[in-house]
Parts: sequence; C-alpha cells; structure tokens
Amino acid sequence: MRHIISVLMENEPGALSRVVGLFSQRNYNIDTLTVAPTEDQSLSRLTLTTTGDERRIEQITKHLNKLVDVVKLVDLTEGAHIERELMLIKVKASGAQRAEVKRTTDIFRGQIVDLTNSVFSIQLTGTTDKLDAFIATLGESVVLEVARTGVSGISRGEKVLAL
Amino acid sequence: MDQLSGGEALIRALHDEGVEFLFGYPGGAVLHIYDAIFNQDKVEHILVRHEQAATHAADGYARGTGKPGVVLVTSGPGATNAITGIATAYMDSIPMVVISGQVESRLIGSDGFQETDMVGVSRPIVKHSFMVQNPAEIPNIVKKAFHIATTGRPGPVVIDIPKDVTDPKTKFDYKYPTEIKMRSYAVPSKGHSGQIKKAVDVLMAAKRPMIYAGGGVIQGEGSELLTKLARELGFPITNTLMGLGAYPASDKQFVGMLGMHGTYEANMSMHYCDALLAIGVRFDDRVTNSDVTKFCPDATILHVDIDPASISKTVSADVPIVGSVTSVLEEMLSQIASSKEKVDQKSLKVWWDQIEQWREKDSLAVTPCEDGTIKPQEVVQAVHKITKGDAYVSSDVGQHQMFAAQYYGFDKPRRWINSGGLGTMGFGFPAAMGIQLAFPDAVSVCITGEGSFQMNLQELATCMQYKLPVKIICLNNRALGMVKQWQDMQYGGRHSHSTYEESLPDFIKLAESYGHVGIRIENKSDLDSKLAEAFALKDRLVFVDVLVDPEEHVYPMAIKGGAMKDMILSKSERT
Repeated sequence: MRHIISVLMENEPGALSRVVGLFSQRNYNIDTLTVAPTEDQSLSRLTLTTTGDERRIEQITKHLNKLVDVVKLVDLTEGAHIERELMLIKVKASGAQRAEVKRTTDIFRGQIVDLTNSVFSIQLTGTTDKLDAFIATLGESVVLEVARTGVSGISRGEKVLAL
Repeated sequence: MDQLSGGEALIRALHDEGVEFLFGYPGGAVLHIYDAIFNQDKVEHILVRHEQAATHAADGYARGTGKPGVVLVTSGPGATNAITGIATAYMDSIPMVVISGQVESRLIGSDGFQETDMVGVSRPIVKHSFMVQNPAEIPNIVKKAFHIATTGRPGPVVIDIPKDVTDPKTKFDYKYPTEIKMRSYAVPSKGHSGQIKKAVDVLMAAKRPMIYAGGGVIQGEGSELLTKLARELGFPITNTLMGLGAYPASDKQFVGMLGMHGTYEANMSMHYCDALLAIGVRFDDRVTNSDVTKFCPDATILHVDIDPASISKTVSADVPIVGSVTSVLEEMLSQIASSKEKVDQKSLKVWWDQIEQWREKDSLAVTPCEDGTIKPQEVVQAVHKITKGDAYVSSDVGQHQMFAAQYYGFDKPRRWINSGGLGTMGFGFPAAMGIQLAFPDAVSVCITGEGSFQMNLQELATCMQYKLPVKIICLNNRALGMVKQWQDMQYGGRHSHSTYEESLPDFIKLAESYGHVGIRIENKSDLDSKLAEAFALKDRLVFVDVLVDPEEHVYPMAIKGGAMKDMILSKSERT
C-alpha cells in the first residue's frame, strides 16, 4: 500500500542525505520526495511517498525516527489528509489543438502560465491520480516536458505536525 | 575562561569528557591536533600501526570497560582505513567516537590531496556524524557526540574536522557544556508497565519457558538483574554470541550459547519453548536460522529492547517492551514479587527433565586424537584452565571464534570481546591491546587463527612500544578453517583459495623480530606446560602458535533453511 510520510527534521547539512540514504541502505522505495524549510527556519519538512506492507512501513517510520536529525514524523495515510502535487507541463499547441488543450486545461482547473505560437506551459495542482489523468487525457503525442514536485500533504482537522 | 585553538579545544574537550586513551595515527589534516596532544599530558595517545587497528583497539577498550572508545585519524586514507572498525562497532552497538581530519574548508569538494567525504562514506555505519564548521562549535559537538554514542542503543559517532578549524592561530573562549539538550534525540528509558505486566503474566502461565539474552544485556549493564531474574524464576537461559557472560556459563540453568553453532540443548529448548523472554537481542539470522517462519513455532515472544526499530524487525514480538534492560528487569522483578500468579513448578520440572535429556547428548564433547594431534577445542579448554576462566578473551572470526565461544565458559560480562555482527577478521588482536591498556594487570588473551592474525599483525609493534603483554593463542590449522569447513560440507570438498600453499610465515621468528616471545606447541603432551610457560611471562607479549587438527569442524551446526532444532551434530550425525 502507498503511504505518505511527512518528516520534520533539522534544517542542517547532511540531514536530507541521511533520510535518503536510509531508504537505499535498507532497500526501501521512495516514489516521490519533496522538501523545504518550514516557517521555523531551523526545521525542514520532508514528505515522501513509499509503498510496503504494514510491517515494512512500521520499520521505515521506526528507522526514520531513529535518525538523530529527525524531530517528528507522521504517516499521513493513517488518517484523513489532504495531498497535493504540483505539475508544470509543456505541451504542443498549434492550430486546432490550441482550443482543445485550453478546454482540457480548464476542465482540470489548470492554468496556462506561458505560451508561444506552438506551445503551452500549464500549471496543474491536485492529487497524483489527477495529474496522471491529465497527462493521459492530453495524450503522449502532445506532451513535451513534465516537471512534477512530488506529493506534499497535511492532515485534516486540528491535528498538526509541529514542535 | 581559557582562550584555546580548535585543536587545543578538541583535546581539552576529550579530557573534560573523561577520555583516558586516544587511539590514532597522525597525518597532514590532523597535525594541528597532534601538536595540541604534544602540549598536554591528560589524554594519552596510543600510536597504532594502521587506522583499522585504532578503531578495533578503541572498540575493545569500550567493550571491556563500558566507556566509549575514542579514535583520531587523518583525512582520506586515514579515514577510509577506519571504516571497517566503525562498521564493526556499529553492528555490535559499541559506543565509539571517531575524529577524522578533513582537508581545509576551502578545499572541500575540490578533490584535494587526501580528501574523502568521510561524513558521506561513513553515513550508513554510524549512529550520527558531525562536520565541524567553526572552532567555537567544538565543545558542543564533542559533548553531543559522546552523548549520542553512549546513550540509548550505543554506536559510533564521527566528527569530521577540516584542518583550518584546528588552526592554532584562531582562538576562542573555551567552555565545556555540562549538559546537552537535543530536541530531535530522546533516549527511551523505562519500559511500559502495562506491557511488563503482560509479559509477567505470560511467564507465569508458561509451561516451557525460555530466556534468550544478548549483547544488549551486557551493554545495558543488566547482567546482575538478569541473573537475579533467571534464578528467581528457575527458567533455562541461553546467551547469544554477543551475550556470553551476561549469565554465568558455569551455572546449571545455563544451557549454552544458541544459534548456528549453539549447543544441542539450547537450540532444542528454543524450538520447543512456549514462552520466550528475549532481552537485548535482535533475532539475528545466525540465531533464527534464516527461515523465521520456522522459528519457535509454539512460543509467545516477549521482546525487551532499547531500540524500537529492533522489535519485530525479523520476528514479530507478541509483547514488545521498549526500554533499558535495567529498568525493565527491575520492574519485572518487582511485579513478579507482588504477583498473585506463581511459576508453574510442576510443568517447569517436566520441562527441565526434557532439557536434561537433551543436555545428556553432550554436543560439545571432544574426542581427543590418539596420535597427539591437538584439537582446537582442547586449546581453549586448556586456556580456560590456566586463566581460571577469568581472562579477557578477544577473538577474530572463524572456527577459532566459535571454539572460543563454545569452550571458554564466560562467567562474567565484558570478558568476551568479539566481532559478532560484522564478523571482522583482524579484530581480535587490536581489541586485546585496548583491553590490556584499560586493565593493565588483567590477563588479555587473543584467541585467533593464522588467517585472521595476519590481517592486523603490524600491531605487534604497537604492543612493543606500549609494553602490552597480550597473550596471543593462535589455533593454527594452516587454512581458513571456516571457509574450508563450508567447502567440505557444501562444495564437495573443493578448497577454493582457503589454503596458503606453504606460504605461512614462521610466527615464532615473526614475534621475535618485533622483540616479543614466540612459543610453538605441536603435541598434546606439551599443551599445558607450554601454555603455563607463556602465561608465566606476565610482562611479555607471547605469541603461542598451536598447530591444531586441520580436519576439525565446528559442531553443532544449524542446517540451512531448517528450524533451530535442525542441526548437524558431527561429521556423521544429524538431528
């Protein structure tokens, strides 16, 4: 099963490599990874998605917690949560294609953030499935380049991941 | 407040941390630090002959004393040579602080002379690491490093220091912190009372109970409490390779070491028990015999460990208890004392009768050779006799290690010093040096083989320089015995590169060339007398080269892929 794990860690050199290293060292997968400092500049929030059975995920969270740089973590998929991924996608758009791509973008609530005579650059936010669906709808033949941030997430309600 | 340079601050901080010995080897990137060492007499530096030996010596010191071992190496090759020793300490959870020099900050990343990304290279084998950016950080980083290395599940910590950070011209106000707080590092302490209650209930209801104790009991200074608990309950107890000495081997409740080369009775008791109290162990594959689905099929498993990640890693625990062994054992004892339930003595008697039957098999019986050829096991038994079972015994890795573990009979914790997790050949001799430095009046024996010994024999020079009278007992079978044994058993006797074709050195002359004493023993009839001669030379390092039966195998031996009850008992007998 896919899990989204959010980690608060010291914003220090080497911290990220310890987290990433743990995954390769113990033969765990990372599907996506996103990291940036939080409102407290001494802390970074890292969110990753991984897959595994319950036992494996338990080991992953335990080993992450053991890292000295890791302050706190949460497996967002254990409860109600919101997840988002941002994608910038460059697609072919000329002639009749332009209206078609524009329409599809609107339906997916994306925005065209840059354009030339033959190309649209579109920004789209949503769940991983939604971004996948957008790419599939446009069709491989029009897609020129894809840049995705990986999943970020936050739990619903009053629960917070903070110090 | 003193004004110190980074180099001076480092050595002062080590002294303030109570460090006695610093095992190291100088080089360009650490010269400022070495100058600071020259100008003081608080911390004694031990000059080894190879950085790997520095880490093993510090490791031996740590295992023997319970205090952290400290190492100083230069950048590049100095640092990479230390890696095997760091990995050895990491696998066995040994507290160690390794200080490595680094090229100047401005050169980092430029592929400078003797530059290695030590923090990166060591990352998977350290508990934590630091790169010092500024001399003023040194006191705090040293304090943190020792705190992390010695608390919780102990382990090695690396401090990488660029050369400019130790520059004698840059001084700062030195103050060593008295305590340190880290928001991201908390040490689990007391076990959960409710979980301990559950465990006690299981133990009281057990008909075939078993205690399985490991290195964590020794590391956590829990041997005394464990012994008390085991005696209180009257349960059979086994120790892992790392846990030998946690419970006295000479006690009748002790059923011997378990695992791949464990005793018949220990492995049988494990397999058939219905309640397993596992303390400070990690269900290593050399214990469980690789297929964990066949492990202790009838048992309710109670697992006590200070590291939450150790619990249910390979074998699922029915009652997990995270906490220090001493706190958990104390509470367990007090709960047992006040519990209404009592041990089921009738069932326990039946269980012990069964175990005694298994014990009668005498799986460690040694059949002497008629022609005077010495069996390796007999050497260990003779060393036990002559040292009255009270020596510090280090070992390398292979057959001799297993013979030492099986036949020495450790009654006290911290007396058996071996690389259990990583299985590092070349560990034993430098570790014995660290032990001898820590306990100058004790007998420090290294039981080794001619293969392992050659991996760090350069330390004969270190022992001469510091007058370390280590006794090296080499079980010389003219082959890489354990490799050869596996080749005998699984590869049709094809000894691919496990023998040396007449290339062995004359170890007697070798020892003598370093100024030590060498004694060779070839016949059983000389064994006791020549060993006595060796141990009588209290102030000298003696290399005892004992020619042993090259055909001997280590038994019992687990049958691969089987359960713990599945063992090969001799060249002709299986369970």
